[in-house]
Amino acid sequence: MSDMTTTSQPVAPKPGAAPQVADPMLAADGTPLKRSLARALRAQKLRALMLIAPLLIFVLVTFIAPILDMLFRSVENQVVPNTLPQTVVAVEGWSPDAGETPGEPVFEALYHDLFLAAEAKRHTRLGSRLNYEHAGLSSVFRSSGRKVDDVGEVQLDALDALDKSWKDSGFWYALMSGGEGAAGDTAPLKAARGRLERLTGENFGGDAGFVPGQEIARILPRTVAEYSTFALFTAIDDGKEVARTKPWEAVKVALIQEIKRGADLAGYDGPGAAELRAARDMAAGQPDIDFKAAFADIDEAWDEIATWRTISAYGGHFTSGYFLNAADMQNGVDGIEARPENQRIYVMLFQRTLFMSLVICGACILLGYPVAFLLANLPMRTANLLMILVLLPFWTSLLVRTSAWKVMLQQQGVINDVLVWLGLVGDTGRLVMINNQFGTIVAMTHILLPFMILPMYSVMSTIPQTYVRAARSLGATNWTAFWRVYFPQSVPGIGAGSILVFILAIGYYITPELVGGTTGTFISNRIAYHISSSLNWGLAAALGSILLTAVLILYWAYDRIVGIDNVKLG
Amino acid sequence: MRFSKTLLASTALAMSAGAVAAEDMADSMTLVSWGGAYQKSQVKAYTEPYKEMNPNVEVVWDESSAEAVAKLRAMEEAGNVTWDLVDVVIADAMRLCDEGLAMEIDADEVLAPAPDGTPASEDFGDLLMSDCFIPQIVYSIVHGYRTDVEAWNGKTPTSVCDVFDLETFPGKRSMYKAPLYNMEWSLLCDGVAKEDIYDVLSTDEGVSRALAKLDTIKDQTVWWSAGAETPQLLADGEVVIGSTYNGRLFSVIAEQNQPVAMLWDGQIFDLDGWIIPEGLPEDRLARVLDFVRFATDTQRLADQAKYISYGPARASSAPLVGKHIELGIEMAPHMPTDPANTQNVILMDFPWWADHRDDLDAKFQSWLAN
Repeated sequence: MSDMTTTSQPVAPKPGAAPQVADPMLAADGTPLKRSLARALRAQKLRALMLIAPLLIFVLVTFIAPILDMLFRSVENQVVPNTLPQTVVAVEGWSPDAGETPGEPVFEALYHDLFLAAEAKRHTRLGSRLNYEHAGLSSVFRSSGRKVDDVGEVQLDALDALDKSWKDSGFWYALMSGGEGAAGDTAPLKAARGRLERLTGENFGGDAGFVPGQEIARILPRTVAEYSTFALFTAIDDGKEVARTKPWEAVKVALIQEIKRGADLAGYDGPGAAELRAARDMAAGQPDIDFKAAFADIDEAWDEIATWRTISAYGGHFTSGYFLNAADMQNGVDGIEARPENQRIYVMLFQRTLFMSLVICGACILLGYPVAFLLANLPMRTANLLMILVLLPFWTSLLVRTSAWKVMLQQQGVINDVLVWLGLVGDTGRLVMINNQFGTIVAMTHILLPFMILPMYSVMSTIPQTYVRAARSLGATNWTAFWRVYFPQSVPGIGAGSILVFILAIGYYITPELVGGTTGTFISNRIAYHISSSLNWGLAAALGSILLTAVLILYWAYDRIVGIDNVKLG
Repeated sequence: MRFSKTLLASTALAMSAGAVAAEDMADSMTLVSWGGAYQKSQVKAYTEPYKEMNPNVEVVWDESSAEAVAKLRAMEEAGNVTWDLVDVVIADAMRLCDEGLAMEIDADEVLAPAPDGTPASEDFGDLLMSDCFIPQIVYSIVHGYRTDVEAWNGKTPTSVCDVFDLETFPGKRSMYKAPLYNMEWSLLCDGVAKEDIYDVLSTDEGVSRALAKLDTIKDQTVWWSAGAETPQLLADGEVVIGSTYNGRLFSVIAEQNQPVAMLWDGQIFDLDGWIIPEGLPEDRLARVLDFVRFATDTQRLADQAKYISYGPARASSAPLVGKHIELGIEMAPHMPTDPANTQNVILMDFPWWADHRDDLDAKFQSWLAN
């Protein structure tokens, strides 16, 4: 691009105007030449950029951005703080070393978070996320979401029994909005909107048909906050009228807690003032709501330190958990530690993937080089026939070729049958050639061979035969002429083929799955499992990131050792 | 996602009154299934009669059930769900339900009652295991064995624990390349009572114990990941005994006449059924609900058994199961739910697996690889 632009730029200064040292050189229109030149160059660069813009944007949008988005999941952990916003804040001061589960305020925060999450049906999603770190939490969240509205049942029943207004949706609406014409306070509504949007990822803009009353929002902030969330959710998600819908239990629980803790009702004379005072007097005689015991009752996992350690360790917006897992490590009691031996698998799989890809790459070079050499040096007609033989399997479906290898290699297969028939092996001693590393290497070498042969061939066909003849006429033996003259010129082809084959092999998935058995599978098989079965996309992204980094490092090393300029695809 | 609950309620209400006009329903629907013989049975039993009743409806099939969970999540994230009804196994249905990708349904509102008026929730009974799941069939994971193995000296396996008996029944086995099913069998054959299996498996020692039992046959085992592998391995004589889905074994035995027999003992029931993706537009949802109500009624589920040997999920369908449409053999004895085949059945604890599948899979794969 820059080559093109420099040749066509307006260069020549005015002939005859000898440049003076102090004065800047001027262009024809009187502007300094440097600036005029830069402007012209910039315009040309911009034009060139616009020419490639369609492709650039296409690649960015359809290729780079999705990959980056996917890789970003390896550290992203929004679901925990978005679903349990109050809990993760409340649990911050707690440490697992305390030897007991967090205190009552944390459980109260959990109650409100979980209640809303269950209404919005997001609690099970959080359960799935935390289940990756702590097996069992999936069902804990599922059952807790179902039973969370039973918390504080005694106190709620007492409130409903005290005065039937507390069961009346219109009464609640009047109480929370401060009655007609009362001064409104939109701050709780705004906070509720943010909370719901973070939780659901959906848009909660629009009119809720409800504005909290200023006075009541000052006296009972938490109740108003809960009611605002309820109102917004009811109006926008359920599409119902707030004033005609009974508030959630969570709103009533918040109210009971606040009046018990001595909310200042003295100066209040808005709607429901009398009922509020009566409720306060009644609540004073009631036992406190024991959130901790209630949760332990729902599921005993809430009474275990391990559960809370997981929530507090994975409460942040970002996590290193997926990468630790991908390296067979975990966030243990004493910081980062290796996983128990019976759960380690990824490091071994990475090593195996790299090792086997190298072996496959090497096998492809050994088998492909003579073929490419023949293709390049035989007369055209024979070479063409050979070329078709190379390309024919290339055009055949991958699955067909893999299955064909199964038929060939299995114990009751063609090769073993022939060996038994020849008497080379006994009927009981048939060779095991498939469902192991050997099977994977054989099948993948065969499948990837054309990717090695084709670049080698295209490089070799450009090597003039005269060089080797010249070497021989100067007294070189056949071997010396090949090794010292021909081979070095064919290295770029080997380089290109190796990069192609290695990078394809390292990400191969279907062939190892079918013929690899237990010892011949690759890391990509686990990535596929986490993408499609376990839905643990974070771990899949972490494994993928590591694989990508490994390939880039190898590519860099290759560039340093062989030189990327030495790679030719033709 | 919005309004779906109210919408569903009103649609169901309207439909029970027979009032949703056909013009309010979409003209086409995309059904997702597994392909192969199973999908063919659904076409014959469900969609062909449905199209006769509604000739203007276009049915598009997508054979993506194996990747349904991942694809549905990707669609939801992209904000464009193109599927209307998805056939998945219960474990996937639970995951989709947990992830909020599948719509919760009320069985009695959405599904037709039995001909005698029994409400759907009773007709399906315990099989309604997830709030989002509409069961279709009961299938089972079961062992098949070759009937011509000389080394067995005329004996045939009668118990699932014979799979672990390499002395009496030498030869290669094929087993599923995941902890599912294998852990249950190995603990059962290690002397754990059937009802204690999941309690034992919840502990680290239990997992080690199950793996230790599997260790005894590890080097004689070929591990499969696709249901078609075991039938092929059995037919080729690569293995002498192996586990797979009962329908696959049926086609090897009854349709291809291979020297293979069923070992019903210790079969593990699994469920397959429909889920409706969350957040469908009104007209598509109305069409799907109309179709599902028809396709999961008593007669349709019984009809499906003419084409494939999977048991209908409704109790009321069982007496209606007839003969195979091509082979003309009675299908009832080939159903996993037939009383003769259910002498020793293991009932999977699906919620338990939903919790422990990932954890156990890590341990199992680590065990396999080392």
